Amino acid sequence: MENERTHIISALVLHKPGVLQRVAGLFTRRGFNIESITVGTSEQEGIARMTIIAKGDGKILEQITKQLNKIIDVIKVRDLEPEKTVKRELCLIKVHTPTEKIRSEVIQYANIFRGRIIDVSPETLTIEITGASDKIDALIDLVKTFGIKEIARTGPTAMSRGIKTI
Amino acid sequence: MRGGEALIKSLKDQEVDVVFGYPGGVLLPLYDVIYDSDMRHILVRHEQCAAHAADGYARASGKVGVCIGTSGPGATNLVTGIATAYMDSSPIVAIAGQVATGLIGNDAFQEVDTIGMTMPITKHNFQPMNSQEIPEIIKTAFYIAGTGRPGPVVVDLPKDVQEQELDMDKEVRIDLPGYKPTRKGHPLQIKRAANLIANSKKPVILAGGGVILSGSSEELIKLAGIIDAPVVTSLLGKGSFPEDHPFSLGMLGMHGTKTSNYMVDECDCLIAVGCRFSDRTTGNVAEFAKNAKIIHIDIDPAEIGKNVEVDIPIVGDAKITLSSLIKALNQNNTSGNTDEWMKYVQNFKRSSSPRTSFNDVPLKPQQVIKEIMNATDEETIVTTDVGLNQMWMAHYFKVKHPRTFLSSGGLGTMGFGFPAAMGAKVAKPETDVVAICGDGGFLMVSQDLATIKEYDIPVVICILDNRYLGMVAQWQKLFYEKRLSHTHLGEVPDFVKLAEAFGVSAYRVEKPGEVQETLKNAINSGEPTLIDITIDPEEILPMVPPGCGLTEMVGEYKIEIESADGVPYYREAEERAGD
Ligand SMILES: Cc1ncc(C[n+]2csc(CCOP(=O)(O)OP(=O)(O)O)c2C)c(N)n1
Ligand SMILES: [Mg+2]
Repeated sequence: MENERTHIISALVLHKPGVLQRVAGLFTRRGFNIESITVGTSEQEGIARMTIIAKGDGKILEQITKQLNKIIDVIKVRDLEPEKTVKRELCLIKVHTPTEKIRSEVIQYANIFRGRIIDVSPETLTIEITGASDKIDALIDLVKTFGIKEIARTGPTAMSRGIKTI
Repeated sequence: MRGGEALIKSLKDQEVDVVFGYPGGVLLPLYDVIYDSDMRHILVRHEQCAAHAADGYARASGKVGVCIGTSGPGATNLVTGIATAYMDSSPIVAIAGQVATGLIGNDAFQEVDTIGMTMPITKHNFQPMNSQEIPEIIKTAFYIAGTGRPGPVVVDLPKDVQEQELDMDKEVRIDLPGYKPTRKGHPLQIKRAANLIANSKKPVILAGGGVILSGSSEELIKLAGIIDAPVVTSLLGKGSFPEDHPFSLGMLGMHGTKTSNYMVDECDCLIAVGCRFSDRTTGNVAEFAKNAKIIHIDIDPAEIGKNVEVDIPIVGDAKITLSSLIKALNQNNTSGNTDEWMKYVQNFKRSSSPRTSFNDVPLKPQQVIKEIMNATDEETIVTTDVGLNQMWMAHYFKVKHPRTFLSSGGLGTMGFGFPAAMGAKVAKPETDVVAICGDGGFLMVSQDLATIKEYDIPVVICILDNRYLGMVAQWQKLFYEKRLSHTHLGEVPDFVKLAEAFGVSAYRVEKPGEVQETLKNAINSGEPTLIDITIDPEEILPMVPPGCGLTEMVGEYKIEIESADGVPYYREAEERAGD
């Protein structure tokens, strides 16, 4: 579809049971494509911030934001402009490292990507890495050859650059 | 005070004087309170009817209707009625029982996830986990249901919460940081709309249910008068503009009048107020009003641009926005602009008014509707069911006042007509209420004949009895080579005997003239009555097939007066251009 792109939607919602279901349910019911959704506390007590990554053209995005706004527990919704937004994701990667040589190679890669080793066992290393999603993809690609045991990604969270808030 | 008492007290604080309900295990504490309370409770015979009755109550009165059902099957039975109210923006509060808080999630007896189940069909829903929350939740539920774009709200009430003590003296606040409906239209947009209207030569107004919900019929009539524009309505808009007014063209859409469908096709400016451009109203959207600039006024921003691209969107309450628009228009001189168009529209209307008088036996539905119109007065509230009966009413029955034509539009729920009439009669005991039902739809809710008898709710039920699921059979005839798969309803029941089994007076009517007389007598009797009207099963209503533009009607459109001056405007213009 024309103008289709990935959007970063930031929403402030009441931190209440069911609110995630209301939002997620809306996406399935209206056939909107959702790539990821993260929820966590915000700067205000009782209010959570949701970051939704969704694909669609301008018309679909307009519907998504309008329909989100109709949910009573949703306080504010903003489609963040990609150039004026900082976006970060956290990822944990457990790599199979049976030999000393592999181990040191993996540690080197992790260092290049500013990742940290947060757990070690005789057979594995676990890397923690934060950054833009494509940076994480690149690291995963590199260590894939050694054998990845497990990956846990949070999906991106985001906010506007500078003084602006939603 | 305990939770159950607090619930009833909170309902009374919202000026609720009647609830439609059905008890069950988890509702025992609440019903024990109702036992001593002066809250009027009407025991329906199926929870679906409780929800439809609350909905009919709301549509007839403009107040929030209340229904109650127990947990599990009670709640699932309410669902159809809640979804019906949701699709038509009708304000109801549905109270569902729930298993005790400690059992939730254990698949306890009669447990169902009412909150999850009703999320997509409510404006909002609540589950008090503690009785202290009840007063605030009820107050908030009514506020949400009745304001902005109205809609249903569910309160899922666990059994133990009904029994817990609470302090009723605490202050009750509505705290909704995420809910602030826009009421006033943007002044700049209103100005732009006024300019567009003032410069249009062929305007049409399309009025939807929002005009009725916001009580802005007066403003609508005024607007039509100022700009000299004809008015078409959606199904739910029927009653927003008096249909005996010379400017009224009737309903638009799949089963709309020929005049409405053609005039919207030809207009150069469409002023849509409080409607959502449902596919049943627009036909193929690519073809819809293709010569027009569209102004769309609606209180729900999500409706604007959802189905149809609009040129001037205005988010706001129809009443406030129309008043501002009228003011803005008065500053523009529009007089005379539309004279030629209005003359053309009137001619078109005259030459394509549908024929309504027939002497045939079995009765033609057109004749039946005419007699129903003759037997009722303009204040009478009519409800319809779903199917051909509904579309015949929509097409032929002229509604003059808001809130006197109640029909399930968005969800198209068979079985709506009768219980909605029951609710309307409870809301307006002094007003005559007549339910027009199909034989199929009525049978889905016929058990509630017991309710109207026991509580003496004198509605008159007219069954348009064709022994078919007529609407579906019509589609089969038109689009499936007349293969009438499972749409014949057979010979039973005998509706007269059925009604009599409930102690409800009943009559069978088969000849022209009898409908009017029997209905008039039934209304005057002041007793619940059923009239089984045998109609011609072959009669079909012209329609726009799905996916087609509004002027591509199929089926013979019988017209009242044959006349030669029904030339479409554009053709006339073309001919003139060729001179
Ligand atoms: C609950 C429900 N089930 C099925 C339908 C599909 N449907 C629409 S109209 C119709 C036929 C209705 O038959 P009847 O009540 O006899 O009315 P008629 O069309 O004959 O006037 C059916 C089955 C529906 N709208 N609602
Ligand atoms: Mg029928």
